[in-house]
Amino acid sequence: MKILVPVKRVVDYNVKARVKSDGTGVETAGVKMSMNPFDEIAVEEAVRLKEKGVATEVVAVSMGIAACAETIRTALAMGADRGILVETDVELQPLAVAKLLKALVEREQPLLVIAGKQAIDDDLGATGQMLAALLGWPQGTFASKLEVEGGSATVTREVDGGMETLALPLPAVITADLRLNEPRYASLPNIMRARKKPIETVKPADLGVDPTPRLTVLKVVEPPRRQAGKKVGSVAELVAKLKTEAKVI
Amino acid sequence: MTSLVLLDHDACAIKQPSRSAVAAARLLGEVHVLVAGHGVQAAAVAAAKLPGVARVLVADAPVFAHRLAEPLAALLVSLAPAYSHLLAAASAEGKNVMPRVAALLDVQPITEVAAVVGPDVFVRPIYAGNALATVRSADSRQVLTVRAASFDPVPTERGPAEGGDAAIEAVAGTDMPSPGRFVSAELSKSGRPELTAARRVISGGRGMQSADNFALLDAIADKLGAAVGASRAAVDAGFVPNDFQVGQTGKIVAPELYVAIGISGAIQHLAGMKDSKVIVAINKDEEAPIFQVADYGLVADLFTALPELAAELERS
Repeated sequence: MKILVPVKRVVDYNVKARVKSDGTGVETAGVKMSMNPFDEIAVEEAVRLKEKGVATEVVAVSMGIAACAETIRTALAMGADRGILVETDVELQPLAVAKLLKALVEREQPLLVIAGKQAIDDDLGATGQMLAALLGWPQGTFASKLEVEGGSATVTREVDGGMETLALPLPAVITADLRLNEPRYASLPNIMRARKKPIETVKPADLGVDPTPRLTVLKVVEPPRRQAGKKVGSVAELVAKLKTEAKVI
Repeated sequence: MTSLVLLDHDACAIKQPSRSAVAAARLLGEVHVLVAGHGVQAAAVAAAKLPGVARVLVADAPVFAHRLAEPLAALLVSLAPAYSHLLAAASAEGKNVMPRVAALLDVQPITEVAAVVGPDVFVRPIYAGNALATVRSADSRQVLTVRAASFDPVPTERGPAEGGDAAIEAVAGTDMPSPGRFVSAELSKSGRPELTAARRVISGGRGMQSADNFALLDAIADKLGAAVGASRAAVDAGFVPNDFQVGQTGKIVAPELYVAIGISGAIQHLAGMKDSKVIVAINKDEEAPIFQVADYGLVADLFTALPELAAELERS
């Protein structure tokens, strides 16, 4: 069984996003970029399924500028077998990404796509569900546990107020939540080995997809700042203030 | 322009985040709502009482019993031609279903909408709430999820001037495909309010040190009638399940009172609670960033402060 894992190059989660002074977006020039943390969880899950003998091959896909190949290398160092880079300078939005992934799925014929539940830059949280829709596959979003056996995936999902478990016939799309696993750090030998693994480059046109964005960003601003309040000296003072001043208890 | 809002319900009442989605839809024109499930007549009646709702569509069939994404999305797509906007709360259900709907309609969804600027212009947070983007959609129909904390929910009942209840009408859809099968649900059994609907929330962070210590928060939550939340650090450390998580990658809350205990105030956590009316922080590190957003800060060891707080609330 083949597993396809889409990975996105995003501003590192430790970097505080800064709005550009002209209000056109968030500064990415000269900023540390990394693999989207939820995609790391997705790669880890796919690699574990391969180590368990459930999967035979893990293919990592990234889309965007040429530098996205670095993100694929990270996935390869974690244990993915090969990569596909869909190279374009066009800003890709989830609908376009889902269409490009659909085309790759039709070519590669994986039985499972494991994606991160959301990217930490645009925070849209849409690509996995959209890909499942376009393929006509069932979806298991916000997965905190995944078992694959006998042509079916059993997915435990994080829902409001608890968890639910679904049984999905394969092929299916899974999106990874935080608790699915703890991704490994790539060892130096594996980083070296990853350099020799193949990455194929294709263009959106090769896949017959028009990636033109549907959303135009009119402006990006910093959110209004909350003013720091006061320090209180004791629990008794705190409770008194909440009662008489803030009037919330 | 008419909007259709997919409502989250518990078979008899409409959940608060969905009432916020109705509030957002009212800014766009006429509002119809969809109640899907199995045995949902009571929920439909509750939906018909919501202010601003002109029509309630009910899809009552076994295929919708567990509200799986595949049949729900197919149902919404079948209803879509009559609507300019399809909305849902940015709840686990809305986030699961709406992007699927959007793809089937060849639309780029706009998720976590925080403000409606115009029929095709919306504001949404990006980068864990560190920036607000105003976006214009080129699609002819909009598919949106609504950030509940950004819109005051409509009340559960209409005022005297708002006329009688909305008409309730059944829609076809029993034959929607449902390839997935529901196996089981494990819902947290607590008598406390749900995080996203609670008027008061008390959350613990890594400073709580263990799962057992969260019992200290339970005692205070019971006294305040508050929901218990947690930072991502506490979830990562395995102290509490992920559905406790407040933050950009968890739940977005905006209660009247938010009490942060042993939480440093990472950006991703602040994104989930900074719209709260009054924020209280208790942390032993006086440099903790949480104090920069707290209305009331107490620099103290939480293991001393929490029992004191419980006793003080008991006294009053």
